[in-house]
Amino acid sequence: MGKVMLEVKNLKTKYITRFGEDVYSVDGVSLKIEEGKSLGIAGESGCGKSTLALSMMGYYFAPLHYTSGDIIIDGKNISGMDPDKVRTTILGSEIAYIPQAAMNALNPTMKIIRFIEDVIHAHNPKASKKEIRELAEERFAELGLGKEVLDRHAVELSGGMKQRTVIAVSTILSPKVLIADEPSSALDVTSQKMVIRMMRELMEKGYIKSMMFITHELPLLYNVTDDIAVMYAGQLVEYGTAKEMVFDPIHPYSHGLMGSILVPEEGTRGMNLTAIPGTPPNLKRPPQGCRFAERCKYAKPECFYTAPAERMFGENGTRMHRCLMSEDQLRDIYSKENGGAQA
Amino acid sequence: MSEMDTKVQGSAQPEVQEAAPSENKPKRDFTTGPLCLSGRGVTRVFGTGDKKKVAVDHVDFDFHEGEFVSIVGESGSGKTTLSKMLLGLLNVSEGEILFQGKPRDISTRAKKNEYWKGIQAIFQDPFASYNTFHKIDAVLLDCINMRGGKHLPYEKKVEMMTEACSFVNLKFAELTNKYPFELSGGQMQRLMIARIFLLKPKILLADEPTSMVDACSRATILDMLLSLRDEIGMTIIFITHDIGLAYYISDTVYIMEHGKFVEFGKADEVILNPKAPYTKRLISDVPKIHEPWDLDTVVEELA
Amino acid sequence: MNNTIKQLSRSPKFMTGFCMFVAIILFTLIYPLVNPGNPLEMIGVGTFARPGTYVSLYDAVSAQRETFKLADADDKRLAASISDEDRVAMIELFGMAGMELDIEAGDTEALLEAWEANFDTLIQTKMTSAKRKYYTRINNKLLDLKAADTLVVYEQGEEDSKSKIVKTDYVRTGAVANVKTLPLGTDNFGRDVLKELVSAAKTSLMIGLIAGTVATLVGLTLGLLSGYLGGNVDEIIMFITTMFTVIPSFVLLILISYSLGQEQRGPSVVAIVIGLTSWTWTCRSVRSQVISLRNRDHVNLSKLSGHSLGRIIVTDILPYIASYVVMAFILQVSSGILAEAQLSLLGLGPKTTTTPTLGLMMNWAMLYSAHTNGSWWAYFPVILTIACISFSLNLMNTGMDQVFNPALRDG
Repeated sequence: MGKVMLEVKNLKTKYITRFGEDVYSVDGVSLKIEEGKSLGIAGESGCGKSTLALSMMGYYFAPLHYTSGDIIIDGKNISGMDPDKVRTTILGSEIAYIPQAAMNALNPTMKIIRFIEDVIHAHNPKASKKEIRELAEERFAELGLGKEVLDRHAVELSGGMKQRTVIAVSTILSPKVLIADEPSSALDVTSQKMVIRMMRELMEKGYIKSMMFITHELPLLYNVTDDIAVMYAGQLVEYGTAKEMVFDPIHPYSHGLMGSILVPEEGTRGMNLTAIPGTPPNLKRPPQGCRFAERCKYAKPECFYTAPAERMFGENGTRMHRCLMSEDQLRDIYSKENGGAQA
Repeated sequence: MSEMDTKVQGSAQPEVQEAAPSENKPKRDFTTGPLCLSGRGVTRVFGTGDKKKVAVDHVDFDFHEGEFVSIVGESGSGKTTLSKMLLGLLNVSEGEILFQGKPRDISTRAKKNEYWKGIQAIFQDPFASYNTFHKIDAVLLDCINMRGGKHLPYEKKVEMMTEACSFVNLKFAELTNKYPFELSGGQMQRLMIARIFLLKPKILLADEPTSMVDACSRATILDMLLSLRDEIGMTIIFITHDIGLAYYISDTVYIMEHGKFVEFGKADEVILNPKAPYTKRLISDVPKIHEPWDLDTVVEELA
Repeated sequence: MNNTIKQLSRSPKFMTGFCMFVAIILFTLIYPLVNPGNPLEMIGVGTFARPGTYVSLYDAVSAQRETFKLADADDKRLAASISDEDRVAMIELFGMAGMELDIEAGDTEALLEAWEANFDTLIQTKMTSAKRKYYTRINNKLLDLKAADTLVVYEQGEEDSKSKIVKTDYVRTGAVANVKTLPLGTDNFGRDVLKELVSAAKTSLMIGLIAGTVATLVGLTLGLLSGYLGGNVDEIIMFITTMFTVIPSFVLLILISYSLGQEQRGPSVVAIVIGLTSWTWTCRSVRSQVISLRNRDHVNLSKLSGHSLGRIIVTDILPYIASYVVMAFILQVSSGILAEAQLSLLGLGPKTTTTPTLGLMMNWAMLYSAHTNGSWWAYFPVILTIACISFSLNLMNTGMDQVFNPALRDG
C-alpha cells in the first residue's frame, strides 16, 4: 500500500444562496488517493462533483462555505486554514486545480512564460527569470509541448494546445495532487487524447504524485483512472477499481450509469440502454432516507426513511457502496434481470 | 416495401392512431425506401475574397423515408452549417437539395412554411431552445395551430397535448402553466420531442440533442427518437460528434470532415470496418471499454 | 415578469432611486394645485428678493396692535440695524485708533458698549472726511434708535391723522391682510423662484422623457433591423450610426438648435432634437444583443414554426432585450435633461415666455449675475433639482443593472 497523498474525511460544504438558503452540495464525502494513483469521480450534472473539487482545495469564497471535515494532503491537514495562507502555500505547490474552461483563463496579452513566472513567484518571490526559464523549457520539452510555446501568446495556440499548456503551467511546481474538472470535455476527440496522454506522462514522470479526475464520460474515466467513485446528490454512492466499477457496478445508480455507456465497439448497436427516470433531489432539503430512493426501481418502503451508511465489501474490503441492500442481493437482482431479458 | 408505403401514408394523417407496438414488427431495412431528402453538390461559402471559407463543400447525400441517418463530425466540420441548409434557415451557395424527389423550392414565405411542415428540428441546447417568456402550453398550442388545429375546441387541444406529453413520459397536467426553465434539461429536451410528436413532420433533424443532457436522460431521449421513427415513420437526421452514439442508434452513418463526407454507409460497415483514414482516426481516438485505447499513436495537431 | 419586479423591489438602490423620482414627480404635480397661478408672473419690482416671509408694511400699520414688553427687543433691534459691513468697519476703526479690543463682530452688546464709550476719541482718529462722515452716520443712527421710542405715521396731505407706533407695538401676522412667503425668494425679474422651479422641473422632465423616448425608439428600431436583418441593411445603418458617433453629439445639437432659429424652438422641438442626436448608444447595444439572440435556437424554432418576421421580433427577441432597453431609456432621460440644461445655459434652449425649464432658469441666473451678487437662491435650488433627478435616475439604473446582470450582484 502506497503513501496516502490525499485524504478527505467526512467533508461537508454548502452553498448559501442570495436568499440565505443552504444548499448541501457536498455532504459527507470521504476518500483517499495513494501515491501514484488516480481517482475518477463520475456523476450527472448537479451531483456536486465540481463542488467537491473546489472544496478540496481548502480555498473557499462566497457562496461556497466550509462546514466540517478534514482535507489532509500528504499528512498535512489544510481544512480551516486561512484562505490567504492556502493560496500562497498550498495552491499550486501542494494541490493544483484545472477547471473545464481553463484554457479561456489565459490572458491573451501575455506570453506563456509570464504565467509560469507568476505561478513560481507566488511561492518563491526570489526565483530569477533565468532559473524559471530553464525549468519551464525542461518541463515543456519533457511533456512534448516544445519550448517555443513559452514565447507565444495564448491566442496563437489551438484549443487543445491551450488546455495542455494550462495543465503544464499549473503543474510547474510539481504538486502532490492534481484535480482536473472535465479538462477535456470542451475539446474534440483528438485533442482530448493528447490532453489525457499528457496527464499520463505527468504521472509517469512523477511531476504529480496523484490525480483526481472529474468527468461525466465513463469510457474516458475507465481508461484514465485507477479507481472510480460515483457521486450522487452530494455523496459518494460507490467506489472501486475502474474495472470493477464498469463491469460489476453494485449500487443501482452506478448500475444505471454503467448501463448507458456508448462506445463504437461491436455489440453496442441495438443493446438495451439503461435509463434512469426522474431528476436528482433538491439539495436544499435532502431526502430523509436514501437520496436515490425516489428514482430507484428496486426501492423498498424502508429506503424512503432509512439513510443507508457506507458499506465496505470486496476482496480486501476496498470497495464501498451506499445501499440498504447487500452487494449479493443486488447482484442477484441484476443477474435475474439480465436472464429475463435474454429469454 | 408495400408495408412501408402504407405506413407512411398513414402517418401523414395525424388523426390515425398508431396501433401496433413496434417490438412486434420485424426489423425493417429503411435504407432502401423512397427518397425523402437528397442533396447534389450542396455547397455553402461564407465571406468573399481573402476571407472566403467553404463550410460545406459539394456534398451529395440520399436520405430515405424512415431512415435513421447520423452525420458525424468534429467541431468545425460543417455539420451545423449543413443542418441549417437542410432546414432552409441558411441559403445554399451552390448545388441543390431535393425534397421527396423534387427540387426544393423555398423562394417565398408560403413555400417556406409549407416546407417546414415537412421538416422540423431539435437543437443541442434545451435551455436556449425555448422562449423563456412563453409557458409550456403556449409552446404546444403553437404546434397544434401550425398543423391546422387552430379552430379545434380547447378540450380537444388539451387531449392532443396530453397525448404528446405522455408519449415522452411527461404529465401534461403537471406542466400546464409552468415555464420551460422550471424543468430539468432532460425534461425540456423531451418536451421538444413532444413538440415534434404534435407536428408529425416527415423529417426530423436532431442537432446533438443529447450532448447537453445527462447519460441517464440520454437513453430515454434516444428511445423516444427511435419510437418516433418506428411509430410515425419519420426520417431522422441525427447530427453528433459522438461516434459511439451514432453507431448505437443509426442505420446509416455519414462521416464529415472539413465540409466533405469522407465516408458513408451502413453503420456496421462504417464503424466496424472503416476505410477512410479520418474515420479510422476518429474511432481510434475515442476511449473504449472492451478494446484497449491506444494513447500512443496520436496525430500531432497544428499549434 | 413578476419575478423581475419582485427582484427589483428587493434592490435597495433601485427602490431609493425610484422613490426619489416618484417624489419629485409628485411634487411637481401637487405643488401647482396648492399654489396655482402663472409661474412666470413678475410679482416683484426689484430683483433677487431674499427668501423669506414678506409682510405688507401698509397693512401692518393699520392692523390690530398688541403691546408686548420683551426684554431683548431693544438688543435685537440694535443688532439688526447694524449690518455686517458696518460691524467690520467699526472694528477696523478701533484698530486704526490703536485700541486693542478683543471683540468679535457678532458680539453686538460688547461692540456697542465699547463704541459708545470711546466714540469721541475714535472720531478724532486721522481719516478721510468721507470715512468720518460714514462713522458719524452710523453713530447717529444708533443714537436715534436708542433715543426715539415713537414712530409717527401720517397719511399724505392729512397731517392730523397721526398714527403713533411705539416700540412695544406688535401685530399678528394673521391680522395683516397681505403676507407673502417666498421660500426661495424671487429671481431677477421678480418672479417666485419656487413656483418657477416646480414648473421648470416639470417641463424638464417632459423634455427628458420625450428625448429619451425618441432616442430609445429610433435606437431600438434601427438596432433591431440592423441586428436581425444583417447584410446590406446592417451596413447602411451601422454607417449612419458611426457617423453620428464620430460627430460629437453636443456639437450637432448646438448646430441644429442654432439653425432652427429662436422662433421654432419650443420645449418639445428641443426635446426631439436632443433625442435625435443621442440614439446611437441604444442602437449599438441593441444590435449586438440582437445578433447574439438571432442565432439562438428558440428563434430558429420560431422560424421553423412559420412565424412572421414581426412576430419573431416582438415575441422572441424584444422580451430578451427589454431590460436593456429600459435601462438605456432611463439613462437617455437623465442625459436628455442634462443636455437641455447645457443647451439653455448657452442660450440655445427652448425659447419660451410661458414655461421655464431648469436650463433656462440657470441661463437667467447667469445673465443677471446671480452668482456674483450672492443670490444663491436663484441658481442653487436649480442645480440641486437637476442633480436629484439625475441621481435618482442613475440610482434606478444601477439597481436594475445589478438585478439583470448577476455578475454585479453583491455577495
